[in-house]
Amino acid sequence: MQRAYQGRNRSTVIFLVLLAVFTLTVTVLSEGVGNGMISTSFVKTLGKTLCLALVAISMDLVWGYAGILSLGHFAFFGLGGYMVGMWLMYERTREIVATSLADAPIPPTAQEVSDAVANQIFGVVGSAEFPLIWAFADSLAAQLLLVVLVPGVLAGVFGWLAFRSRVAGVYLSILTQAMTLALSLYLFQNDNGLRGNNGLSGLQNIPGLADVPQALVSVWFFWGAAFALGAGYLLAVWVVSGKFGSVLRGIRDDEARVRFLGYPVETYKLVLFTGTACLAGIAGALYYPQAGIINPAELAPIASIYLAVWVAIGGRGRLYGAVIGAGLVSLVSSWFTGGQAPDVPLGFYTIKWVDWWLVVLGLSFVMVTLFAPKGIGGLFDLLERRIAPDRHGADLGPDQGALREKEASE
Amino acid sequence: MKYLYVAVLALALTSTFVRAQEAPTQMILQEQAPLIMENSRRTVAPAIAAVSDSGLPQAQDVLQAWQAKNLWQRSADGLFFRATKTEQNDYALYDFDSGEIVGTALSSDLEQIKPNSGIRALIGSALVRFQLQDPDPKRRRAALTSVQRNPGEDLLAPLRESLAAEPDPEILALKQRAERLLTMAYDADEDRRIAAVSQMAGDLGVDVRATLNPMLSTRQAVFAGPPPEALNIAETLVPGETIETSEAYDILVAADLAPPRVTAAQIRNALAQHIEGGTVGGVPVHRLDDPDMRLQAYAALAELGDVPPAPGPVQIAQTLAAHSFVEVYVEPSTRVTDAASEALDTIALTVGANQAVDLILDGLSLTSIYFLAAIGLAITFGVMGVINMAHGEFIMMGAYTGYVVQQIVPNHTASILLAIPLAFAVTFAAGVLMERLVIRWLYNRPLETLLATFGVSIALQQLAKNIFGTQARPLTSPEWLDGAWAINDVVAISYIRIAIFVLAGFFLCVYLFIMRRTRLGLETRAVTQNPRMAASMGINLNKVNMLTFGLGSGIAGVAGVAIGLFAKVTSELGSDYIVQSFMTVVVGGVGNIWGTLAGAAMIGFLQKGIEWFNPSNTLAAQTFMIVFIIMFIQFRPRGIIALKGRAAGD
Amino acid sequence: MTSLLEVSGVSVSFDGFRAINNLSFHIGSAEMRAIIGPNGAGKTTFMDIVTGKTKPDEGRVIWGERSLSLLGLSEARIAREGVGRKFQKPTVFEDQSVQENLLMALRNRRGPFSVLFYKTRPDHLARVVELAEEIGLSDQLQRTSGELSHGQKQWLEIGMLLAQEPRLLLVDEPAAGMTPAEREHTTNILVEAAKTRAVVVVEHDMEFVRRLGCKVTVLHEGAVLAEGSLDHVTANKEVIDVYLGR
Repeated sequence: MQRAYQGRNRSTVIFLVLLAVFTLTVTVLSEGVGNGMISTSFVKTLGKTLCLALVAISMDLVWGYAGILSLGHFAFFGLGGYMVGMWLMYERTREIVATSLADAPIPPTAQEVSDAVANQIFGVVGSAEFPLIWAFADSLAAQLLLVVLVPGVLAGVFGWLAFRSRVAGVYLSILTQAMTLALSLYLFQNDNGLRGNNGLSGLQNIPGLADVPQALVSVWFFWGAAFALGAGYLLAVWVVSGKFGSVLRGIRDDEARVRFLGYPVETYKLVLFTGTACLAGIAGALYYPQAGIINPAELAPIASIYLAVWVAIGGRGRLYGAVIGAGLVSLVSSWFTGGQAPDVPLGFYTIKWVDWWLVVLGLSFVMVTLFAPKGIGGLFDLLERRIAPDRHGADLGPDQGALREKEASE
Repeated sequence: MKYLYVAVLALALTSTFVRAQEAPTQMILQEQAPLIMENSRRTVAPAIAAVSDSGLPQAQDVLQAWQAKNLWQRSADGLFFRATKTEQNDYALYDFDSGEIVGTALSSDLEQIKPNSGIRALIGSALVRFQLQDPDPKRRRAALTSVQRNPGEDLLAPLRESLAAEPDPEILALKQRAERLLTMAYDADEDRRIAAVSQMAGDLGVDVRATLNPMLSTRQAVFAGPPPEALNIAETLVPGETIETSEAYDILVAADLAPPRVTAAQIRNALAQHIEGGTVGGVPVHRLDDPDMRLQAYAALAELGDVPPAPGPVQIAQTLAAHSFVEVYVEPSTRVTDAASEALDTIALTVGANQAVDLILDGLSLTSIYFLAAIGLAITFGVMGVINMAHGEFIMMGAYTGYVVQQIVPNHTASILLAIPLAFAVTFAAGVLMERLVIRWLYNRPLETLLATFGVSIALQQLAKNIFGTQARPLTSPEWLDGAWAINDVVAISYIRIAIFVLAGFFLCVYLFIMRRTRLGLETRAVTQNPRMAASMGINLNKVNMLTFGLGSGIAGVAGVAIGLFAKVTSELGSDYIVQSFMTVVVGGVGNIWGTLAGAAMIGFLQKGIEWFNPSNTLAAQTFMIVFIIMFIQFRPRGIIALKGRAAGD
Repeated sequence: MTSLLEVSGVSVSFDGFRAINNLSFHIGSAEMRAIIGPNGAGKTTFMDIVTGKTKPDEGRVIWGERSLSLLGLSEARIAREGVGRKFQKPTVFEDQSVQENLLMALRNRRGPFSVLFYKTRPDHLARVVELAEEIGLSDQLQRTSGELSHGQKQWLEIGMLLAQEPRLLLVDEPAAGMTPAEREHTTNILVEAAKTRAVVVVEHDMEFVRRLGCKVTVLHEGAVLAEGSLDHVTANKEVIDVYLGR
């Protein structure tokens, strides 16, 4: 344990140093405060990537450490985005409306302002009234609280129901996927009060900061994301390194045994599921102001599966693996699908990466699952000459989420 | 003066040109000439009646010519002809009685009768009488259709007249039905109407309801004090209870019984126009962000007479209390409206019962679709425990196979019959390939299988996009599957859905046969229950797993062909069904085909049921359905038909 | 002597097969008991019922001085009440070190938040070292338990069981796959444990049972066939029929 603990400590220190160096480098090269070698839009991309890394950490906690393959954590991420987006959109629209109404000969009543704001925001879905769920949209503090509360409560209720009836393994995965599908279908409806498939937009315009250039705002958000990632990483390290982590890994490999030791497994799962949902919500709340727009497609079940893919490619059950997986796959994906990657002429056919990247990603994912279950993180084990023991094909526990033979380490 | 003119003219005509026996048509036209020439909708009716009631064989010709603006009068002698323009730019004149060309004339010597649309409509309904008795059954049917489409009071008599002479029993029945409906709506005799209403009360036809509903149409009316006794009142409206206060007041305003309300926007505009030195009506402008202050300022302005006074809430309440609001039937007879509403109630009950049947049929057809989509999964997931996220893509592959076959074989029937086995073969091969390359390394690792097959799924989806493009491809069903089996106006089911139902039943039988009656089924069950035991008894695990997985995948392909027939074939076809398919299997109870059937039924009926409550919003129906399923699984985690005891494992 | 555990009139059936048929059983608070019986006699199911894994169709399971009914309690709750179980196949957390395994089992507060804020205390570590000595794994504390030999895993599991400090130990075939010396050691530990708590041992090996020197309960077809000293029950004709006649 001592050795393992030190190992974790060392990787944490290395990670935090690298994150700090990265943040500093980007800052120095940014348009907003540095020499401008990195464009504002790329600063935003990097900032968003850090948020994705944070949600990947929360996914790694539930899946890598506790063996719960949740296909709903990206939905919690999106919900966090929606919650902060409501305030951003409300406040920004209110500023614009207030400015335009200030020229009127008669000062507007509160009702007139509210009506005009509602008309601006909901005109696109044919409504001009504030739905009930926007009751707190005028308060930043309340919406920030909701960033944590809404995903937390949803995860709490869902988790309580699911874990209580001992739904586990693939059944839980399917159930979480169904939850995600239901949520995204709900958000697609125009009369749900969240502008249906239009989603929330203009989120990059921060209320009160109209005069600050985006170049600077993007750096601020980048810092925010880097800080959140660092803090989230530390929190995750703290959670998994102690006895709590022991119990989680016990649940992953053999939850019945943990139960017979007297640990209320369901409560642990619920606490972890809910806590990581909150973390995902925070990551989403930092992501979408940088993305500028959020719509229900972001919450589609496939997004949550991609999240699992990132963690698996990075290497599950190690926090830096999740960060590497999320960062690498999302950056490489956007490079390939963004049209920057050069086409490959084969003579008879030209491979356009925009069309073929998903095929490559899908197949490489199959490869990773089959041949390198440790993912990219496994490379570090190679460096440290840690090799998987020969267990004659036996996994580390009877449960579906248990580590596989190839994932074990000496 | 007019009479004198007519008399002289008639005398002149009879004596000099025309004798009634020889030219009866012309005779009648001459008699009616003043009305015809007056060309007014209000007065022309007797002229039309005279022609159509004449009993002359030419009457129809005359009316048709008149309606088509082909009726001309020769200025010289006032005779009427049907005229057509010739190539020499003059007009050939046809005599109605003889039907022959009796001469030509220049347009300057003629006067065209140009009936307006109102008159043409009158002529049209007069013509219906002739069309309804036309020797050609097609024309009679056409006339009947026009009667049904544009029913009217004046059509009742010609329709009744035509009944007796109708030789075709089918048309007779249609005519009788139309006659009943017209009687209901337009007969002058109240008792006859009521009799017709009660006679049709049990009828489900849309036309019956379409006739009854207008008979119950109402208008809102307002009276100072209680409403007059004589009115046929449908409902008394109480402001604030059965009618919104604002709406009631709007009625008063519309009836000029009350001053209009002043809206907030009007107040604001009025205030803005009366700003004087930073105040309005004594209120400083900066304080006008308070609605109460605005009202105060407006009231001050109104007192000065600068703006119309705004009725206050007290005034509005008093005005409303002083008036009574009623919904009044347009139909004056209480007995008729009572009978009609009673008949509608009866019909509504029958319609409700039939809608329930229709809903059940809808649910059944959705059930068979879900079942078809899930039955392959019932094998791969239910029996083998392999979670295949690419199952949806196998469905898609089947659908695209159907599309490709249709590009090569143009005959729709042949191509579908060819596509089904071919789709099975293609997806069977794909399934076997995937099992060999991916899944067999991951048995006992369902979560990894889930993710690996998801990788396959996104690769296949993108591949389909690259090959077939993103736009939807059509998969056309054979002609004999077009259309629907309509039991009555409420209950109908399209043949394609019946075909899917039959297909689902067929595959249920195939499944049962393979699992219970064949060696493969026996071995599959043995392998899934205890693979090591099965292996030691000489069962080739690899082969059994491979074939079983291929079978499940193959059925998915066939389901793809069926689903492609009514849904658009896109690369996302499969992913639309994958979650529902898994739900179907999980809800039903893993490892039991009857469970899958029950799961499909539950999901299908549930979705249709929720859609019935809120038909406009299928998204909401799906949302609620999934939420319901999540709740359901809480209470029956093992599904509807659960394996019990130790065999179920933990 | 008051009973620690009292099982009365318990029946359970799986798909019509009656695995336990009107079984009654009780054990005192410091007593050793061996349960023997042929395969399918319901030994494992009996333990499943006591630990809460299986819910019986009828009957009562009463626990401790406060006469708490164990029926309807979760496995974890029953374990916290003081029922420890050792499985037939050694089940330890193979991804974690011996020390982590023992620390996890150590009697302590089990709630997620108290565990989250738990700091390893010196006396806990000392207890772990002590336990490790007892089970002969002192120098293996930092090893990943997945690397241990089969016998060592058995020991570790017994150590975890002791760390739980249960009032009732349910031990399923502890001696399977052990060398004679190891068996000796196991016997000693169990006998020692039975001085302060109740121990129920399910075992096939008559020699091992004899060495435990305790009261024996014979199960057959889900019901108690005979009860008494080993010599008493082995003399019972029915028992002989059941064991030898089949």
